[in-house]
Amino acid sequence: MDEIDREIINQLQRGFPICEQPYQEAAESIGISESELIKRIGYLLEDKTLTRFGPMYQIEKAGGAFTLAAMKIPEDEFDKVAEQVNHFPEIAHNYERTHELNMWFVLGTEKPEEINTVISKIEETTGYKVYNMPKLEEYFVGLFFKV
Amino acid sequence: MNTTFIPNELDRKLIVATQEGLPLTPRPYHDIAEELGVSPDEVITRMQRMKDAGVIRRIAAVPDHYKLGYTLNGMTVWDVPDNMVQELGRKLGAMDPVSHCYQRPRHPPLWNYNLFAMVHGRTQEEVDIHIQAIVELLGEHNRGNEVLFSKRILKKTGLRIKK
Repeated sequence: MDEIDREIINQLQRGFPICEQPYQEAAESIGISESELIKRIGYLLEDKTLTRFGPMYQIEKAGGAFTLAAMKIPEDEFDKVAEQVNHFPEIAHNYERTHELNMWFVLGTEKPEEINTVISKIEETTGYKVYNMPKLEEYFVGLFFKV
Repeated sequence: MNTTFIPNELDRKLIVATQEGLPLTPRPYHDIAEELGVSPDEVITRMQRMKDAGVIRRIAAVPDHYKLGYTLNGMTVWDVPDNMVQELGRKLGAMDPVSHCYQRPRHPPLWNYNLFAMVHGRTQEEVDIHIQAIVELLGEHNRGNEVLFSKRILKKTGLRIKK
């Protein structure tokens, strides 16, 4: 990763325009050519420095729903249950964490009522309780990692 | 902010077409338009409308923070009085190293925490300093806290709506 890559990552975390030639516009403010920017984003995605590049959707604003949920899984059952949980397409991400509640995942559905259905299915499939922790209030969301 | 935006058929198609990423081509919105058989103007207008409505939080690059050296992501959880949670949540959210801050329901006796703040750092010391700053900020209102570090990413695909 060189100085230009850093500049690209810093700038493109903030946002990207919606217009006819958005790469051209973004490239100008970085001070490189449009084709150079496109090439470098491609490399950064390929080597997984970037996990994605594009619109970040919040389906709860379009009538859908998101929730954070946790489970308490015994060590010897953990990998099996992780596989069962990850199998649900509604699971957006899933982390193992250092706690008695050791599995934490975010699940999203297009309709709010589907959240409980998916949670019940996960409980049925795995045999373990799901602790649902939907956000009651959001105070701040702004991911920015300076590189 | 609480009004719900109802996506039309084209919006749904746009979400499906872009949820895995924007085309890496000089005219990405034009290419999407061609793929969906609509005009580029329509795509740009609908994308802009979804952005204005907050359905699109932003169009951006999402780095793998582990790769950038931010290897420690601590989910800090706090038990604060319910009648103080809003005021304290706003203060925590305003701190630089806090990327997300939410009020969430308690599940006593196993889980008594009602305030969540995600803290990122490149070293353990960095994270500890941030946590200490939160402890000081909450003062006497902090009735208990824990930090849950991520041990492993089990899945990270982001949201996918059905095609």
